[in-house]
This record gives sequence, C-alpha cells and structure tokens, in this order.
Amino acid sequence: MSDARQSRYAIGIDLGTTHCALSYVDTSASDGEKTSQGVLPIAQLTGPGAIDNLDLLPSFLYLPHPDELASGDLYLPWTGQREFAVGEFARSRGAATPIRLVSSAKSWLCHPGVDRRAAILPNDAPPEVARVSPLESSVRYLTHLREAWDHAHPDAPFSEQDITVTIPASFDPAARELTAEAAEAAGFGRMTLLEEPQAALYSWIQKSGGDWRKQVKIGDIILVVDVGGGTTDLSLIAVIEREGNLELHRVAVGEHILLGGDNMDLALAHVVARKLAAAGTQADAWQLRALTYACRSAKETLLSDPATDSVPLVVPSRGSKLIGGSIRTELTRAELTQTILEGFFPQVDSAARPVSRARAGLTQLGLPYAQDAGITRHLAAFLGRQVGALAELAGTSGIAAAGNASFLHPTAVLFNGGVFKSPLLVERIMGTLNNWLAAEGAAPARLLEGADLDLAVARGAAYYGYVRRGRGVRIRGGTARAYYIAIESAMPAVPGLEPPIQALCVAPFGMEEGTEAELPAQEFGLVVGEPVHFRFFGSSVRRQDQVGTLLDFWGPEELQELEEIQATLPASGRNAGEVVPVKLHARVTEAGTLELEAVPRGTDERWKVEFDVRGNANA
Amino acid sequence: MTDSNPSFLGRISLAVGTFFRILGDGEFAAEVLRLRDGGVAASAAPAPAPTPAPAPAPQPAPVLKEASPDAALQLLGLLQRDARFIDFVEEDIKSYSDADIGAAARLVHDGCRATLREHFTIRPVRDEAEGSRVTLAEGFDAASIRLTGNVVGRAPFNGSISHRGWRVDEVRLPKLADSHNAKVIAPAEVEL
Repeated sequence: MSDARQSRYAIGIDLGTTHCALSYVDTSASDGEKTSQGVLPIAQLTGPGAIDNLDLLPSFLYLPHPDELASGDLYLPWTGQREFAVGEFARSRGAATPIRLVSSAKSWLCHPGVDRRAAILPNDAPPEVARVSPLESSVRYLTHLREAWDHAHPDAPFSEQDITVTIPASFDPAARELTAEAAEAAGFGRMTLLEEPQAALYSWIQKSGGDWRKQVKIGDIILVVDVGGGTTDLSLIAVIEREGNLELHRVAVGEHILLGGDNMDLALAHVVARKLAAAGTQADAWQLRALTYACRSAKETLLSDPATDSVPLVVPSRGSKLIGGSIRTELTRAELTQTILEGFFPQVDSAARPVSRARAGLTQLGLPYAQDAGITRHLAAFLGRQVGALAELAGTSGIAAAGNASFLHPTAVLFNGGVFKSPLLVERIMGTLNNWLAAEGAAPARLLEGADLDLAVARGAAYYGYVRRGRGVRIRGGTARAYYIAIESAMPAVPGLEPPIQALCVAPFGMEEGTEAELPAQEFGLVVGEPVHFRFFGSSVRRQDQVGTLLDFWGPEELQELEEIQATLPASGRNAGEVVPVKLHARVTEAGTLELEAVPRGTDERWKVEFDVRGNANA
Repeated sequence: MTDSNPSFLGRISLAVGTFFRILGDGEFAAEVLRLRDGGVAASAAPAPAPTPAPAPAPQPAPVLKEASPDAALQLLGLLQRDARFIDFVEEDIKSYSDADIGAAARLVHDGCRATLREHFTIRPVRDEAEGSRVTLAEGFDAASIRLTGNVVGRAPFNGSISHRGWRVDEVRLPKLADSHNAKVIAPAEVEL
C-alpha cells in the first residue's frame, strides 16, 4: 500500500489450526535488514477468572453453559462482556467437555463439503448449544488478537497498522476470501494475506541478518516443508537473478494436506492404548486425551534424545486418588519408530504416491483428513507433479534445465513447524530426499539452518509487512494456480452421458497482487435476476495457459475441481428473465484474494462473482 | 500549649478523662490539687529537671507484613491443576509400593517444574559450584547468604558453599478477576 500515512508497526499474524501468534516489526526502529521485532504476549484466560500473557493463543473456542461458570469468570482485561472463551482456557476446559469446544476451525474453513458461513461447529454439539460458523470462530480468534494488541498498545491502534495474516499455500480462492472476510469482520483495517511457507522463509531471511545471501546462491531451488499442528504445506522457491539482483521466486505450492503434528500424537496414543487394552486396562475417552498429552512430551523426548530407549507414561486418575488410580505404561523407541518414522515419514522411493482409497459408503460429515499419513509420499507426489515447474525460468536466470529428471530436484530444504525440533525427523526427510536425488545423479540438498520453528510464520509475516515497503528482498510468484471455468462443448447430446465439458482459462498462473487479467473473448449468457453456477477448476501445473485458452482434454493430475462459482446479475435497469451476454474478468486484490467479475457487454458495470462456500454434497 | 479555651464537648471529655485519671494516678491527683489551690503548674515545680539527655530512643517495633493469602492460594491452585500437588500430598501413601509412588511422583515432578518455570524465574543465588571456596567481603548481603558453622571473627569470611541458594528474579502469576473465589483451589468435578 502506498499510503502516505504509514503505520508505525508491521504486524504479522499466524492464524494456525491449533495456535495463533502475533509478531510485529517496529518500523521506526528498523533500518534495512536490521529490524526491531517482537512477539506480543497475548493476554488470555488460562483458568476461570485468571488472565495470563502467553506467546501463543490456542485456536480454540469454548461455548460454556450459562450455569457453568460464575459471573466474571470470562472477563478479559478489556471487557466484561464475554459469553465465550478463546485461547488456553478454552482449550483446557474444552478437553473435558468436547461438545462445547470448537477446534480446527481453519480446517473447516477450507472444507468444501460444508457451508462455511453456517453455524455448524462444534460438529457434534447437542441442539441446545448455540453453534458458530467456521467463519465466525476465525473472526473471534482474530478479534481477540486485535483487542489484546489494542490493550497493550493504546497509542498505536491495531486498525491503523499494516497487518499480514498467513494462510496455507494450498488454500483455494474461496478459503482465501473467507479468511480476508474474517479479518475484515474482526476490524482489521489494512490486511494482506501471505502463504505460510513464504512467511517461514522470510523469517529465516530476517533471522540471518543479511547472512542468507551467503547460504543460498543463484540457481538454488528451496523446498519449504511446513508441518503444523493440523496441516502439511509444501512450497518450492527458486533463487534467480533478474536485472543483476538476487530474486526469490515461488514456483509451486502443494495440495492441501490435512495432516500434522496432532495426528502424530493421536496415533501414538492409540498405539499405547492398544497396548494397555492388551494388558487388560481399557482407557476411557478422558484417559485417552490425557494419554495423547503424555505421548506428546514422550515423543519430544525420544525424538530429541537418541540415547533414550523408552519414556515412562503416567495417565493420572481423574479422582483425587493420584497414586492408586493412575495408569502406568511406557512409550518405547520401537513404537515411536514404527508409528512416527515408518507411519508418517516412511523411506519410500521417488516414484511413490499417496494411497487414496474410495471412502466407504456413507461417511460422517467430518474433516477430510489425508487418507495416507505418509508425508514423504505426499512430498514425492508434489515433486513429481512439479517436475516441469522451472521450464519458464530455465536458462534465462541461472536455473539449470531439468534434463530428464522424473521429479523436480530441490537443492536446499527449509523446515518449519514444531515437529522438526527433532533432528531424527529432519534427518529422515533429508535422507529420503537425498536418496531420490542420488538415484538421479543429482547433488544432495542442503539443510538451511537456524530456522525458528515455533514462531517463524508470525515473525516472517511481520517482516513481510516491512519488506513490502521496499526495504528488503521480496518473494515473487503471484497466484500458484491457473483457474478455469467449465463450459459445455457444443456436441450433440448422447442420452445417458453427461455432456462433455471444456475448461476455459479465466485467470493465468502467477498473477501478482493488484493485477488484472485481460478480458477473455468468450461471452456467457446470464439470466437477469437468477443465479448462474459455473463449475470451477484450478491447476497447479499448467503455467503456460493464457486467458481464453480452451482445454478439451486434461489429465486427472492437471486440473482439480474447486467449489462452484455463482454469478447473479441484479435486475436493476433490466427485465427479469432477460439474457445478458457477459465476460468473466479476473483480478487479484492488493490483499491477495482472487476476484471474478461479470462484465456485461458494452458496459463498464462489474458484478462480483461469488465463490459458492455453502458446500455441496458430492464434494 | 494546647487550646486555651476548649469547647463544651471538649470540656466534658476532659472532665471525664481527668476524673478517671485522678482516681487511678496519685501523682496526677496531687498535681491537680496543686493547680486547684492556685499553685503554679508542675513545670515550674521544683521537680527534677527533665533530662532531654541521650535516653536511647526505643527501637520502633518492626511492622510485620500480613502475607496476602490470594497469591498463595493461586499458586496452590496452579500446582494442583498442573501437577496434582494437593492430591499427591493428601493421599495416604503407606500402602503403596515405591514404584507406584515413583510413577505418580514423576507426574507431580513434571507438573511442578512446568508450573515453577512458567510463573517464576528462579536462579541460584551463587553461581559457583557447591563445594567450591568463596570469600565474603565485608558488607555482604546477609539476607541472601547464610553463614553456618564456625561463625567467628570479622569479614572477609572464607568458607565453602554447601548450598547455592535460590532466588526468584521474576514472578508472573496470572491476574485474577475481582469476583474470583481464590479459596477454591480445585473445583469439584461432576460429570453429566
């Protein structure tokens, strides 16, 4: 934003599946690559009526029963009007009463099978609980962060600062728009979206204090592996030379994989619970939760200390008899290796692909968790799919041509996410990747050291707000997909067969923020006053298609169907039922969301085309 | 000296106070008698001259601070919540084996440690290893170093550290709402 009245702070917000964090750069005290950066301790409830300042805000929302808490127990330092709790207290209270706890709202926000604006959470709440929508719970987390900032910085109102909110690189346009909508509803004035793996790389650049130029060189392809609490996000960023300057170019992003550190803890807890059951002790739901918690710290011990062979686990009793009622067991290295290393990070070859099995008949409407837990298989699929990602950069800017590689060869790896505090997991991924590279005669990839694994995304987002003002290197790349709408091809209808469709490109790959695509030549007839739906597709590999490109055939890997889009032409000045020819026009806003507009023939009017986020049964 | 013309109410109170003091204090009664008989005040009397001399001013009794129970209750609540501290201490451990107690102690230890580290910054008073010899110069802080054993002579004192001591540099207890009842350090839980 070229606003003359520049704000003092550039604020970065990591809106995570399990935790949020807020970091800021004080631009008045920063100069060049020397930045003055902090992390806001977020005031939040940690118990009934108890307020503490913590670096992370757990992304949980608790909706208490009216009789459950004393009046005043939900007050915050800035308000006595709260009927819900957000943060640490919500997390701990909700563990014992899950029917009133909203968790993983972010995963619901990008779940194409449900209406994201409908009050559907908690998913398994009884009718009397007033549910909230995935959008609304995100609004509440973001509102809490704004209020905590304003409470701590009364002299620098949040709404006047530059805000960057991070999202998974794999978020589709609808989820991006919902995040932007949540931020606006939470009172965020000037907000920009940033992909989390990019934020992690920005944080690494900022932390190196200028030294990063020595650690990467022109021609490097950096693979960012970001495993959060609930999602795994992959991105490729090329280091190229353009007009004599080092430039970072994000060339590809992975698919949306709902798989993270929490799944690992849960998997371990089930392993241990099975062991207990074999010994005759049946863990109930409460104990399983306690076991999950105990497994998390046992996992961290085993993964960080290779000398330890087993960690004792104690599941405390629920009653006041602590010694008599506790369950004792242990987590062994063999179990950990079997579950985490072989289950989540198996040593596969580069041709491996995630297994997907057809969902059995009627599935309960829950989150679409990744069916294959093997993160290395997802990685192999990603690198294989993106083998041609560098075709357009090759030669011109220091990038070597791909040759006859079967997958894209990264030369450096940056890790993000708490699970990579473990050297074992880092080694496992590096080892697997380097085996793939060695098999194709390529040099091993380097590990980029010195990443801040917990707060990197928030810190990187704040730093991005600072470099946007032209004070540091920026990652370019634009949109990581091309977008298409389906049009029925003009072929004679065959009874019993769906008419074949063609895909028309409406937004090309790599559109930067604040740019518009050209107007396509094709026109569509919109019926005035009636919503018209279009099937909508995205492609993370078709980099060459331009606006107006019409595809007759495409591989199953090439195009992914997204949610439908819906255009409604209001009746003002026209007759209802009249058919008006329109063109579809795409632009990427400054905030980083994709907008589609319908432009009626011969006018300057523009009507917004909505992403249909109400979910459809077959998604 | 004082008010030369006290009010009526003031005089009542003076009269009543004087009445009782005359009854209880013979010397005072004699002075009043002398005053009533038109004599001069006691100050002019040939009583032993008051000695403004160096009568050692009595040390004012130290003001004892009343410890606020709120912070203590809050800490107990945190230790119970995160470490099951009260459960552990209140349980009768006679009938359990050391292995059972050890398993529970591990949980209590983990929780206590997490609680202390979260809410306090605790450092050793002395950074030297225990057993190493140190010299305490004159004017050392007797509150943070306790001399034991053969405590004679004058500073500097030479000795060895038998315990490094602990000091709290920072306390970060959660703030509590006014209405919060701190005495309930762990609410009873009723599963519905």
